[in-house]
Amino acid sequence: MAVCIAVIAKENYPLYIRSTPTENKLKFHYMVHTSLDVVDEKISAMGKALVDQRELYLGLLYPTEDYKVYLSGQGVCQGGPTVARCTLGSDNLKPLRRKKKEMFRKLHNSYTDVMCNPFYNPGDRIQSSRAFDNMVTSMMIQVC
Amino acid sequence: MMSKNDGEIRFGNPAELHGTKVQIPYLTTEKNSFKRMDDEDKQQETQSPTMSPLASPPSSPPHYQRVPLNHGYSKLRSSAEQMHPAPYEARQPLVQPEGSSSGGPGTKPLRHQASLIRSFSVERELQDNSSYPDEPWRITEEQREYYVNQFRSLQPDPSSFISGSVAKNFFTKSKLSIPELSYIWELSDADCDGALTLPEFCAAFHLIVARKNGYPLPEGLPPTLQPEYLQAAFPKPKWDCQLFDSYSESLPANQQPRDLNRMEKTSVKDMADLPVPTQDVTSDDKQALKSTINEALPKDVSEDPATPKDSNSLKARPRSRSYSSTSIEEAMKRGEDPPTPPPRPQKTHSRASSLDLNKVFQPSVPATKSGLLPPPPALPPRPCPSQSEQVSEAELLPQLSRAPSQAAESSPAKKDVPYSQPPSKPIRRKFRPENQATENQEPSTAASGPASAATMKPHPTVQKQSSKQKKAIQTAIRKNKEANAVLARLNSELQQQLKEVHQERIALENQLEQLRPVTVL
Repeated sequence: MAVCIAVIAKENYPLYIRSTPTENKLKFHYMVHTSLDVVDEKISAMGKALVDQRELYLGLLYPTEDYKVYLSGQGVCQGGPTVARCTLGSDNLKPLRRKKKEMFRKLHNSYTDVMCNPFYNPGDRIQSSRAFDNMVTSMMIQVC
Repeated sequence: MMSKNDGEIRFGNPAELHGTKVQIPYLTTEKNSFKRMDDEDKQQETQSPTMSPLASPPSSPPHYQRVPLNHGYSKLRSSAEQMHPAPYEARQPLVQPEGSSSGGPGTKPLRHQASLIRSFSVERELQDNSSYPDEPWRITEEQREYYVNQFRSLQPDPSSFISGSVAKNFFTKSKLSIPELSYIWELSDADCDGALTLPEFCAAFHLIVARKNGYPLPEGLPPTLQPEYLQAAFPKPKWDCQLFDSYSESLPANQQPRDLNRMEKTSVKDMADLPVPTQDVTSDDKQALKSTINEALPKDVSEDPATPKDSNSLKARPRSRSYSSTSIEEAMKRGEDPPTPPPRPQKTHSRASSLDLNKVFQPSVPATKSGLLPPPPALPPRPCPSQSEQVSEAELLPQLSRAPSQAAESSPAKKDVPYSQPPSKPIRRKFRPENQATENQEPSTAASGPASAATMKPHPTVQKQSSKQKKAIQTAIRKNKEANAVLARLNSELQQQLKEVHQERIALENQLEQLRPVTVL
């Protein structure tokens, strides 16, 4: 379902980014980064009221020729940086909207669990959480 | 090799197959691992620590039916030893039901592992209550006590949480790397709330200890470390209601009958264990130590059946061992002496403090009663002859003359109180007013009916009395002499233990100083 999943910190650097190994990682990184502009655009368009909401699922950002970029911008309640999560979905499938939402919810929950870990410093790369890795793998493997 | 010993120790603990000496290195390793980087452990990390559990299956306790599983387990482990990541997955197929045990490690989808582990644990519980293949992940009694001690040092309320930051600081002391600690936290914080309850804390602590001793961390939380299992296996009497309320929902009905039996039989021990946690490995509390030894003594006798007595002595042994190497013999010896001590009170300091009080009373007593009755023994009677003391005192009291003798009797009586068992305690305390009121000692006599072991007191204190009471007084004197002898012996032994504990403390402090970074002035 997803070929690339990324978690990006408020400062626009990725806390976690992973893509299917068969693809060109750089391309994905680039797409994720450019999608941040779309995020900013949408957030600014919506106004600040919406940004405060915990569940901010922006949905489809824009479709590219190969992929559809989905994004969920969600505020982090720990007072840390606002984290935007992007997922590039392959257009092979026509996933339902609620599945996407469910996926993002899972992602958000996993991210919350990572944040709960006192050994995780907000702003660090999420590299030690196996649960998070497992969850991401589950989302990515569904396609294969 | 330390890790092998540790692994064997863990296996052997429930079956007491290993001598007391074996447990010392394990406990010291535990201590050391938290006080400094243990190079041995580091080296052992590169070894194949997974082999160590394999050595113990043959010696596993009889109630563990691990034979079928262990074969597959050992096969998996031996095959997986060569590869470093393999041991992680080796447990994965192990966790599966036997049918899929030979599945290639790592082929199982990782995302199913947590659910599989849980289903496996349920299966195991249904099939065979006491056999879990994850022996290194099973927490023994002594480990449990140690973890509980540490928990209480961080959070006095055992039913409450340890916050994340507090736990982080604490676990950082273990000198494990942050990613490892992060992973351990992830494993043990089952509800992912950023705080550790007691079972979660024990699981995390156990994982840390295992990691320090070279065991690779598992992919998922082993079933023996799940909070529900820990709740069922190691309930504390004081905390039973609270903990079970929180975690009872997932407990199978037939879970761990062996552990339940242990629970019942060790409930008395646990009662007395609670004061034990006050003694930290690093703390030197003489009174607590004495009371621990006192705890160990009657406790050994209070358990009637062989098994609880074994586990009792096992408990007493490691506990006392961690504080004093000679206290083992003391505990065992003392265990034989006392007749049938009632369960001990939870508060040990009351006993110890009353010891001091009694000592204070002591000098005042002889002054008042040179010609009076058996002066209070030099030390308050320790658990053993407390009953006999009581009876002897009780018999003496009615026949003694008023104030001085009563004071004399009341002080030994009072001394008897803290060291005698709780049932006699309130009765003992009434001695003083009763004596001074010149009432009969019937309550005490009634309570301390089964008197035994009238020991001779070696140090005569009173010779003169009113003439009519000479006979009774002489018997009383004899009995008190006996009691005195026992108490004096006890005292000397305890003093020696105290010295040893002091020495241990000094040694530990020296180690600590050596390990601390030297600051150049």
